[in-house]
Amino acid sequence: MQWITYLSLWIIPLLIAFILVVATIKKVPTYETFVEGAKEGVSMAFSVIPYLVGMLVAISVFRESGAMDFFIDLLRPALAAVGIPADIVPLAMIRPLSGTGALGMTSDLIATHGPDSFIGRLASTMQGSTDTTFYVLTVYFGAVGIKKMGDALKVGLLADVIGILAAITVVTLVFG
Amino acid sequence: MVNIIWVALFVIGIVFAMFNGTMDQVNKAVFDGAKEAVAICIGLISVLVFWLGLMKVAEKGGILRGLSRIMGPVVRKLFPDVPKEHPAMGYILSNMSANLFGLGNAATPMGIKAMEELKRLNDGKDEASRSMITLLAINTASITLIPTTVISLRLNYGSVSPTEIVGTTIVATACSTAGAILIDRYFHFRRMQKKRG
Repeated sequence: MQWITYLSLWIIPLLIAFILVVATIKKVPTYETFVEGAKEGVSMAFSVIPYLVGMLVAISVFRESGAMDFFIDLLRPALAAVGIPADIVPLAMIRPLSGTGALGMTSDLIATHGPDSFIGRLASTMQGSTDTTFYVLTVYFGAVGIKKMGDALKVGLLADVIGILAAITVVTLVFG
Repeated sequence: MVNIIWVALFVIGIVFAMFNGTMDQVNKAVFDGAKEAVAICIGLISVLVFWLGLMKVAEKGGILRGLSRIMGPVVRKLFPDVPKEHPAMGYILSNMSANLFGLGNAATPMGIKAMEELKRLNDGKDEASRSMITLLAINTASITLIPTTVISLRLNYGSVSPTEIVGTTIVATACSTAGAILIDRYFHFRRMQKKRG
């Protein structure tokens, strides 16, 4: 499986080289075009700030007050009854809300149970297989100024539920 | 929906703190949360600036158009509202390819750029269009072939086989992406039915 490590190391530099070489052949003024496109990045990043501040403050108040732990403990027996390991429940709950939180929790689970344990493999799969819905939603819509999100949040959260259940099922079948 | 969830997170948290004696932490959370959000955005600047610049070069060089010609037919079914040769298509495709290879840093600027084009297609309105919701659903489910962060994490903790979770991740991510697309379709048709009466 060494090739995967190589691939992830090579892919970005190769992509950059490919784009620049092709553009040069097509006689694009590469440097000027780069600067022109790059300018937008600054204002885009700044326009995300209000959206992300609003969302992250709400999530950290919810988490730090202990409310999140309370709800997790409330759900734990019910989830354990359907075969979801108790250790993994907090990660499943935090995954859509906070990217850094989930990454921290995954490292923690891997550190305590070992990377090659059942919990370690399950946490790894879960971490890799879905993204932080609230973050993606806030950043993507925030950057272009979409205020009415429609069904986007519902769709994203339901997809997370499917992803988490799929991760548990697959890991149980393969490594269980 | 978002308004209710947003208020609920605050109110439940604050009421909880009253009974739980965690008002201290809540005060801290307000300022730490804001600080973290700004730090993330500042961190985004470098990524956005570089990749948006490079994407402009790729666009002018005709690479995005080439990409949509090769992969377009499949993806066009997912985004029926986007015209064939529209620049949004190229950005959607580069966003999906970047996600596929686990290049989260590169995927975000391309996704935002795609959103911008989709907003233009939607007459610049501040509400999410059908295609925007689809793009978002695909991104939150994050189709991944190589979960780079997790592999390096496992490596750090001395795993015998850090890449053994690649297979399970691909299956799980395929399920959540398929689920996201189906749920997105379901909500779209429900909206259509509501509109008709």
